[in-house]
Amino acid sequence: MPDQKAPAPGARERPWVFRTYSGHSSAEASNALYRRNLAKGQTGLSIAFDLPTQTGYDADHPLARGEVGKVGVPIGHIEDMEKLFEGLPVERMNTSMTINATAAWLLALYVALAERRGADIRQLQGTTQNDIVKEYLSRGTYVFPPGPSLRLTGDMIAYAVEALPKWNPINICSYHLQEAGATPVQEIAYAFATAIAVLDAAKARGDIPGAAIPRIFGRISFFLNAGIRFVEEICKVRAMAETWERLGRTRYGVQNEKQLRFRYGVQVNSLGLTEPQPENNVIRIALEALGVTFSKRARCRALQLPAWNEALGLPRPWDQQWSLRIQQILAYETDLLEYEDLFDGSRVVESRVAALIEESDTELQRVLEMGGAVAAVENGYMKQRLVQSQSQRLRGIESGAQTVVGVNAFCETEPSPLTAAGAAGGANAAVQRVEQSAERAQIERLAAFRARRNESEVREALRGLRDALSGGGNVMQPSIRCAHAGVTTGEWAQALRAVFGEYRAPTGVSAAAQAQRAGAKGEALRAAGQLRERVRALGAQLGRPPKVLIGKPGLDGHSNGAEQIAVRARDAGMEVVYEGIRLTPGEIAQSARDEGVHLVGLSILSGSHALLAMDVMQKLRESGAPLPVVVGGIIPDEDADALRSAGVARVYTPRDFDLTRIVAEMADVVAEAHAD
Amino acid sequence: MWSPRPTLTEHLAQRILARERAAVAIALNAADDARPGARRKALQMLAQIESQTAQGGAHRIGLTGAPGAGKSTLLGALLRRLQERGETLGVIAVDPSSPHSGGALLGDRLRARTALGNFGGAVFFRSLAARDRLGGLAESARAAVLVLGAVFDTVLVETVGVGQNEGEVADLVDTLIYVAQPGAGDLLQTLKAGVLELPDLVVVNKADLGPAATQHQSELQAGLALTEPRGGWPTPTLLVSAQNGSGIPELLQAADRHRAWLQEPASPGAPPRLTARRQTGRDRYVQSALLHRYGHYGLEAIGGATQVAAHLAQSPNAPGFQLLQQLSARIESALTT
Repeated sequence: MPDQKAPAPGARERPWVFRTYSGHSSAEASNALYRRNLAKGQTGLSIAFDLPTQTGYDADHPLARGEVGKVGVPIGHIEDMEKLFEGLPVERMNTSMTINATAAWLLALYVALAERRGADIRQLQGTTQNDIVKEYLSRGTYVFPPGPSLRLTGDMIAYAVEALPKWNPINICSYHLQEAGATPVQEIAYAFATAIAVLDAAKARGDIPGAAIPRIFGRISFFLNAGIRFVEEICKVRAMAETWERLGRTRYGVQNEKQLRFRYGVQVNSLGLTEPQPENNVIRIALEALGVTFSKRARCRALQLPAWNEALGLPRPWDQQWSLRIQQILAYETDLLEYEDLFDGSRVVESRVAALIEESDTELQRVLEMGGAVAAVENGYMKQRLVQSQSQRLRGIESGAQTVVGVNAFCETEPSPLTAAGAAGGANAAVQRVEQSAERAQIERLAAFRARRNESEVREALRGLRDALSGGGNVMQPSIRCAHAGVTTGEWAQALRAVFGEYRAPTGVSAAAQAQRAGAKGEALRAAGQLRERVRALGAQLGRPPKVLIGKPGLDGHSNGAEQIAVRARDAGMEVVYEGIRLTPGEIAQSARDEGVHLVGLSILSGSHALLAMDVMQKLRESGAPLPVVVGGIIPDEDADALRSAGVARVYTPRDFDLTRIVAEMADVVAEAHAD
Repeated sequence: MWSPRPTLTEHLAQRILARERAAVAIALNAADDARPGARRKALQMLAQIESQTAQGGAHRIGLTGAPGAGKSTLLGALLRRLQERGETLGVIAVDPSSPHSGGALLGDRLRARTALGNFGGAVFFRSLAARDRLGGLAESARAAVLVLGAVFDTVLVETVGVGQNEGEVADLVDTLIYVAQPGAGDLLQTLKAGVLELPDLVVVNKADLGPAATQHQSELQAGLALTEPRGGWPTPTLLVSAQNGSGIPELLQAADRHRAWLQEPASPGAPPRLTARRQTGRDRYVQSALLHRYGHYGLEAIGGATQVAAHLAQSPNAPGFQLLQQLSARIESALTT
């Protein structure tokens, strides 16, 4: 590791690992970013991959269009991996990879890279996220059905427990559950339900000896979220540490204290970061960081903080540096690390911890009784519970019952010099831009790489992979061979798709419907009633009820927003064709025309809004149905202006939290477009 | 906007009869327009299409069954197989509307697309909301079947079965498939509701569940033995798995056999069975559409249901949409004078 440039530790506890979730454009650009971050005192890497890499498509696949290098780094083959880690000592560093459906492949590339460099792979330290359950529930970058996905996880565990003894092959994420609306109780219960599913599946495999189970238990780490209610968060992490130890002892016969330790990393909450008065987010982030570092007994192992301007767009290196400085001040300036646990013996904390344990045990038991985490994904139970919690949260903000400073309270503000036009290049310079040329360059590199490689070796390696897939052998060794041979990410994933098939998780639409109805009160109810009248009158004018299509083009799988809008539009009296995720612009246009809708609503959270929305409009015009389009997403003002001038009827961003108003405007747009 | 000008509807009928795919969505939008002027034009267009395709056009297949029986997944599996046979396909999927708001979430497209992979250009899929037909078919479903039937090789209609509306679906299609799922424990309910009297084919889905499916099949078989075969067609029961595709080719073969059977005359020299079936469907549709629009009060104004039936019987070859238009006009003038 490069020097940490930290003050002399003295009697202090060693701090947690400082990370920043980052990566963009290309392996080369990301490598340069990582080196700069390490030089500034970051102590571990957290790699963000782009959506094509996460969902197993090469950069030149039609579904990858607009997504290459957007939310992370594109890794298409071994040479990309080599460039990503150029000049970085893989055997002496701690690397966290946020990768799930294609985790086995990215680990194979990492191992192959270490082998090429002659490193001892037994020294490799780090984490592959590899928690597929939360992908179905929240994050959306799943590819294969649950059964085969868990088999891949098991293959990685069986391989890593022998070959990479310092690696965390799976990092169970409650992070994304909280982002999807989970309460602390749900976060605890569903994280452990997932851990149990993974461990029970490992126990049931023929190729893992029973004696290895405690070692595997000891290598399972967690990835948590921390929200603004930081006292409760302290209690949550303490409750999780106690529950995990108890599960280890009672369910898996673990005795070794070290293996029983609850090890977790954290990315603090992005859900609560606001687009209005974004500078306030720095304070939120600092308080949230405190929640997971305050209690020594349940302190995180690694921490990554979002940037203050995440709700505006992609953060710049400077924004990420500001968040790194929060960690450094907390660890090196304050006296936090000089004391034993501050909460041991606190009656208040103890009683809250006890209550969380009791409630989460009950919820965990409910999930286990219905057959465990996988069954509770397939029957939609966990998804429904999350959507209900999320709807309640949104209702709370809409009604003002939950205070969000700068959003529904204290909205008066001086102009911010941070985002003001003229400051450091203007409002729109306050976010990072990914050059459109990044995609083209990546596709060119891919083509050049394919032309260079030895095709017969590739074919041979892929044959070995397919044999393992259908014969039930471990995929890790054949995948590492594929990595060496020059197989691409898309080819590897295609081989698995052919055997495993693809999966679409149950949507949260019906739960969103129930929750929204149950939660409506007072003023909101009146507004909804007025909207229904308006929609009914519009229907009379049109000759039939307004019909809309809600869909997500591209690869981003965060469907919560689209589902909430679909339900609110339905409750307003619209007929809503809900199209789900991973659609090409051509498919959306065909659906819109064939379904005879009056309006198309697109939800795009990956930052590819400009290209994808324009493509959809282009295809609609070509199909003879130039329908009005509205777009929701994390869209910087400048892009919103560009979209509007290109003909997008309305643009919505995270600051538009009033769903009823959004649906009312959709009705306006339909009325304007179809007045004849 | 791209809804058709009223003067274009005649032209639209010709485009549909020329099997022009690009005209299909426009024709369906026109047929679903409740504004009086637009509706008159649409009925003319539909009557024109119907007069040319009353006895021909696509094989119309209906899929019904309880919620959760796996209809959408089965639909996806059927579409895949039919596409492999090189057929063009029109699909209508009906979902209930919320009685509270009048809105509807139309999710069958997503479910079928998931099962199918993606729709290519060979599949036209239109989702319909049942609107005020609680638990029933959308009024525009018949118009949609007619338009799609003129353009595509096979038309599939998917609708949730709640025991009351199977009759309406049966009147709309040539071959009705009832989808049952094992372990539903609803055999007695099924028999009570008279559901088994209508389908031409009964399938037990989720055959991948093993013995439970086989057992359910034999129970249904026993139940069917107690019901009178409809027009002499012995309703078969089939085991399928929409999930892994087993039994799908056999199901399509059975549908083809039923289609061939419909094309034979019921007795030597008589018209094909299909003629009588579609005519019955036509009559019931006209009666129920009039009742829905004008109520018993309106029907009484022109002599009641018996008079309507007589009028229909006098014009065995007239398009249903033309009869609907004529009778509507008669009721409206009787009510206003």
